[in-house]
Amino acid sequence: MSADITVTAEPRRPTTLGRPVVRPQEPAAATQTAPKVVIKDVRFYYKNFEALKGINLTLPDKRVTAFIGPSGCGKSTLLRILNRIYQLYPGQRATGEVLVDGHNILDPGQDLNLLRAKIGMVFQKPTPFPMSIHDNIAFGIRLYERISLSELDVRVEQALRRAALWDEVKDKLHQSGLSLSGGQQQRLCIARAIAVRPEILLLDEPASALDPISTQHIEELIAELKSDYCIAIVTHNMQQAARTSDFTAFMYVGELVEHADTETIFTHPREKRTEDYITGRFG
Amino acid sequence: MMRANSGLYERRRATNVVYMALSWVATGIGLCILGWILSELIWKGFGAMSLDFFIKETPGPGSVGGGMANAIIGSLIMTALATVVGTPIGILTGTYLAEFSQGSRVAPVVRFVNDILLSAPSIIIGVFVYQILVVPMGGFNAWAGSAALAIIVIPVVVRTSEDMLRLVPGSLREAAVALGAPQWKVIVMVTYRAAIQGMLTGVLLAVARIAGETAPLLFTVISNQFTSFNMNGEMANLPVTIFQFANSPYDNWVQLAWGGAMLVTLAILLLNIVARLLASWSNRTP
Repeated sequence: MSADITVTAEPRRPTTLGRPVVRPQEPAAATQTAPKVVIKDVRFYYKNFEALKGINLTLPDKRVTAFIGPSGCGKSTLLRILNRIYQLYPGQRATGEVLVDGHNILDPGQDLNLLRAKIGMVFQKPTPFPMSIHDNIAFGIRLYERISLSELDVRVEQALRRAALWDEVKDKLHQSGLSLSGGQQQRLCIARAIAVRPEILLLDEPASALDPISTQHIEELIAELKSDYCIAIVTHNMQQAARTSDFTAFMYVGELVEHADTETIFTHPREKRTEDYITGRFG
Repeated sequence: MMRANSGLYERRRATNVVYMALSWVATGIGLCILGWILSELIWKGFGAMSLDFFIKETPGPGSVGGGMANAIIGSLIMTALATVVGTPIGILTGTYLAEFSQGSRVAPVVRFVNDILLSAPSIIIGVFVYQILVVPMGGFNAWAGSAALAIIVIPVVVRTSEDMLRLVPGSLREAAVALGAPQWKVIVMVTYRAAIQGMLTGVLLAVARIAGETAPLLFTVISNQFTSFNMNGEMANLPVTIFQFANSPYDNWVQLAWGGAMLVTLAILLLNIVARLLASWSNRTP
């Protein structure tokens, strides 16, 4: 949402042309829950290339926000700012503010490991560690908690049950995580992420490498998990965004074009570009 | 399409046959020479194999019989020490290059120097160690021999460790980092685990490489007619003993040299087979 947006449809709410649009109010459903993440004028650079051009966005708690848009629009980049994982790579930097519970996590003094323990992430390709199923889950728990082995087993079971994987793996917890199917591996990764009790879950195209049945499992899981977490999901699959999310943000070449509750985006998009994208006219 | 341009197609077929034939001939020559060496080695070396070969010391000039016990023991000691010293240095350097050196200006220099060391003639390493460990210590000694071998181990392990660590997908590191794991834990608990077989393969190849090195030992430990566990003195070893005995006028010495050569070859073959098994095992569980 920047100056060059041509508003073709009649604006539903008053907007100010010529400078970044400041929404007078968040979409209706957002008022039901407190904002968990507030993104303020975030810009992102790969060396000198500006990949995000001033993003303003709020992610409400206990709701799912989907980021959609064509490849290269910056949706994954935005996700990777939220746990600052981009900092693994020199030459990548972000400016602006990302407030998590009112605290700016882009502050250089922010402890990255603690931040990441609080914000779980699941990636496009399943990434089980080369260790047993049990140890995959225990790895994260043991990073920040000193608990007895029996307690650890309880936590591993809880996480696997929450990720709807327990029944399939309870008899082979000590087999390698790599022995599972792709869909199971991805649920293992989700279990691993929630085992450390994060507050926010970032899902970067979590089902794009999976078959339809596994995808359905993951989507059901997202619906199940949103009662406890603030979830942000990047997806290329518009149906998936429509099915799983409460809010949808449409991005295009580094800009946030439109952000509203999912129903509005998919039925009455305000912007021409959003409509073109969701109806498959480009992207 | 074939009908439209069958002349071109026929010419390609002919070219294909010619190149295929040349490839077969080249492969054949290579394999023949290897087969020749191995069969000669086994033909002549097998006769030397006996219990005496493993339990008796190298014979003096003009005596009969004898074995290679002192050389086998010396080779085992020095190879083991060189591996124990060289492996951690190599792995840690490889880890630095693969995991910590992003954007660093030192890393390309380290990599370049390591590549030079990797291809340096081993005799130069022998002369170098002679200067810094043999001359000051007043004589040939097993410490110097082990040091020379360790210097050969390091670049091999550095290279394979870095290569193997780089093969670990970045997504695996990101996944561990995203859980809040500090970098050292990511490396030790996730990246090393994913690369362990490949890194081990590299170490085994390094051991195979030093098992047959002669030049660096000639300048550092020479040999010893008796079994010695004294690291401060000269120590027998297979490569130098083979070198000395093969050139001797005594039939039993020459015989022992063949046996030693066969033993070294079989040991290297075994190490290579184990390394290959490890590598294929690691490929099955990426």
